[in-house]
Amino acid sequence: MSEKIIIKGLNFYYSNKKQALINVNIPIKEKVVTALIGPSGCGKTTFLRCLNRMHDLYPGNRYEGEIILDGENILEKGLDLIKLRSKVGMVFQKPTPFPMSIHDNIAFGLKLMGIRNRGEINGRVEKALKDSAIFEETKDRLHESALSLSGGQQQRLCIARAVAVEPEVILMDEPCSALDPVATAKIEDLMTDLKQNYTVVIVTHNMQQAARVSEYTGFFMMGEVVEFDITEKIFTAPSNKLTEDYITGRFG
Amino acid sequence: MGIYDRHKADKAGDALFKGISYFFALSVILLMALIFIVLLKESWLSLKTFGFGFFVSSDWDPVSGSFGALPAIWGTVVSSLIAIVIALPISLGIAIFLTEMAPKPLKGPIGTAIELLASIPSIIYGMWGLFVFAPLLSDYVEPFLVDYLGFIPLFRGAPMGIGMLPAGFILAIMIIPFISSVARDIFQMVPAMIKESGYGVGATKWEVISRVVIPYTKSGIIGAVILGLGRALGETMAVTFVIGNSHEISLALLDPATSISATLANEFTEAVEEIYLSSLVELGLILFVITFVVLALAKLLIKKTALEGGRR
Repeated sequence: MSEKIIIKGLNFYYSNKKQALINVNIPIKEKVVTALIGPSGCGKTTFLRCLNRMHDLYPGNRYEGEIILDGENILEKGLDLIKLRSKVGMVFQKPTPFPMSIHDNIAFGLKLMGIRNRGEINGRVEKALKDSAIFEETKDRLHESALSLSGGQQQRLCIARAVAVEPEVILMDEPCSALDPVATAKIEDLMTDLKQNYTVVIVTHNMQQAARVSEYTGFFMMGEVVEFDITEKIFTAPSNKLTEDYITGRFG
Repeated sequence: MGIYDRHKADKAGDALFKGISYFFALSVILLMALIFIVLLKESWLSLKTFGFGFFVSSDWDPVSGSFGALPAIWGTVVSSLIAIVIALPISLGIAIFLTEMAPKPLKGPIGTAIELLASIPSIIYGMWGLFVFAPLLSDYVEPFLVDYLGFIPLFRGAPMGIGMLPAGFILAIMIIPFISSVARDIFQMVPAMIKESGYGVGATKWEVISRVVIPYTKSGIIGAVILGLGRALGETMAVTFVIGNSHEISLALLDPATSISATLANEFTEAVEEIYLSSLVELGLILFVITFVVLALAKLLIKKTALEGGRR
């Protein structure tokens, strides 16, 4: 299993000069799920948003170190962020469907890529919906507003939207935090399918979820990676006392 | 005083309070109805004399006592539409700049400056329009329009800086603050996550704004436009200064025209005959109804788009 992303000596500072990440060094393996866990405010979401440079939307944020994606440092000045983000897709804490039809939500990214051919768009929309296990529920209502779907369906739609542009990495920021257990189970199943084709990085508050879906787990605290290892090892035989305290529920 | 007495006193006070609140609230409707009735009563003579012909006639001849409202209605509607066409893109631009692009030190001052623009009395706009803007238009802008766009009937006429187009320009400047500050407020309500989702699939800033932010806030923008339209329709002093006050209907926007409010402002003092005065009041009634219909339509539209756009 090769490494898709290698993070070397990453420091991150918000515009208010607060350092949110301190010397992060971890690898993200290709085509597996990597989970990031840790107490609130530990920097796991901040870290995730470094991987597609979402922080660049807000002025004054600053990175140090290297994030090497397929041999290329994505923190390099002058990097094409549009290209990066179509290669590294993202799913958010809450479903964020655009106020348009189900079909148009998925076609949005495809049209941005310059695909104009209707047949190709329709085909790829269908494939993305199928890949995200939401095609059966939506195939008869593709032209209805995406806002008419339930929360769990909306979130799978957002995953489909991310998948449609055929990224290589999918970042998920607590994708189930607004969903009920049934919808959560569906998304978790979906993650297992997705890793056949994509590298998935997920931030989660739910340790059982991390244990269920991921191959690798990183434990963050106060902006530092306390421990990074195979998920099974993190949850059964952590080498750090802090990790053990956290996963056994002694704090956090 | 026992607990029972106090309770009774409270009840009476509460009822009184309720009654007074009701009265104030209902007085708004009462006032509207009264204004309508007075307008109707005062314009009765004109309504009876000219009937439906008042709306379609473009005669305005105080000497022979024959009056028609069409030029004034035309001028009111067209100058307001010109204003919206010019003001909407500029206002959206301002609102987008303020919410999405402006560096922090610029945000406050520009926002305040735009709000101050709204507080300038309209007579100042009128004077400025007549003494500064009109000469500029007649020397530079209008000759250019006539020379290069003159093949379109809209851009014909004498370039004298006074007319329908200048009135539209002035109105546009006057409603920009309204539209842009409402648009800014609604753009700020778009959740950051929705915008980030757009960027997340590789959209540029322009694509996120035009395809996510604007559709998301569609009903609010319509509301902002209608608010501007409502103000433009009734605006009096600034328009009176620059529209030219001519009861002619011309497709050429450079030609002088008139609007309902400009006619009222100009001619009330001269209206000595009963039928003249009554016709002017009927113009007022028409403006009242137009504004009412526009606002009602806006409410309907917003409701409809809110339903179609789905739940937020």
